[in-house]
Amino acid sequence: MSASDDPDLQQYRPYLLRYAMLQLRDREQAEDAVQETLLAALAGSAQFSGKSSRKTWLTGILKHKIIDTMRRNAREQPLAAGDEETDAGAIGAMFKEDGHWTEFPADWGDPERAFENSKFWEVFELCAKIMTPRIARAFMMRELMELTTEEICKELAVTPTNLWVMLHRARLSLRECLEVKWFGGAGR
Amino acid sequence: MMRMLSCKEASMLLSQSQDRSLGWLERLALRIHLGLCDGCRNFRRQLEIIRNVVRRYRER
Repeated sequence: MSASDDPDLQQYRPYLLRYAMLQLRDREQAEDAVQETLLAALAGSAQFSGKSSRKTWLTGILKHKIIDTMRRNAREQPLAAGDEETDAGAIGAMFKEDGHWTEFPADWGDPERAFENSKFWEVFELCAKIMTPRIARAFMMRELMELTTEEICKELAVTPTNLWVMLHRARLSLRECLEVKWFGGAGR
Repeated sequence: MMRMLSCKEASMLLSQSQDRSLGWLERLALRIHLGLCDGCRNFRRQLEIIRNVVRRYRER
């Protein structure tokens, strides 16, 4: 029996795939990571203690597969080495010379209404996609995989200060995109 | 006498508060800035929403 036949595991595939896609941004790699996860789960189902939920257990396996994939990617095709100046420049572009916002952040109101609208999730996917890859990777490690800053610094070989700046840049980018494309007007 | 934070500095601290604990002086400077600045108060709320957006997307 293969993992793809096991209906118990199969039901988690869409969730796992969405998770892997957001972090890896590559369909083929995401599919592979999910497939490996389901196979590992099938092979190791005896180790599943039932203490955590099955979903949490699968997510834990997937995280390892995703990190393996990112390490492989980093070896084979390093991302353009960003530097602090690039990040500082991108952040600076959001502010005037005197440190005031160029575009004042708006009141987004109650986000629950957005969360219930499938169009909002399309906008989110778009906004996530247009983030710079290096920045998006750090941001998703933090917010999607919920790794600690120490873990991310180790994985990406950056200092905490570098990482804070990268995460800030990511949040500003996402903030601007969501505001322009949703909360600031049309969608809301 | 503490210097007033700019929005650029305040937003950086707000973002970092999601990744590390701020020192008491940083928290104090932020509180003063937020008391006077609607834009940064909105940004603080937006950071919370963005954190929730990723989680809701994942669990959807």
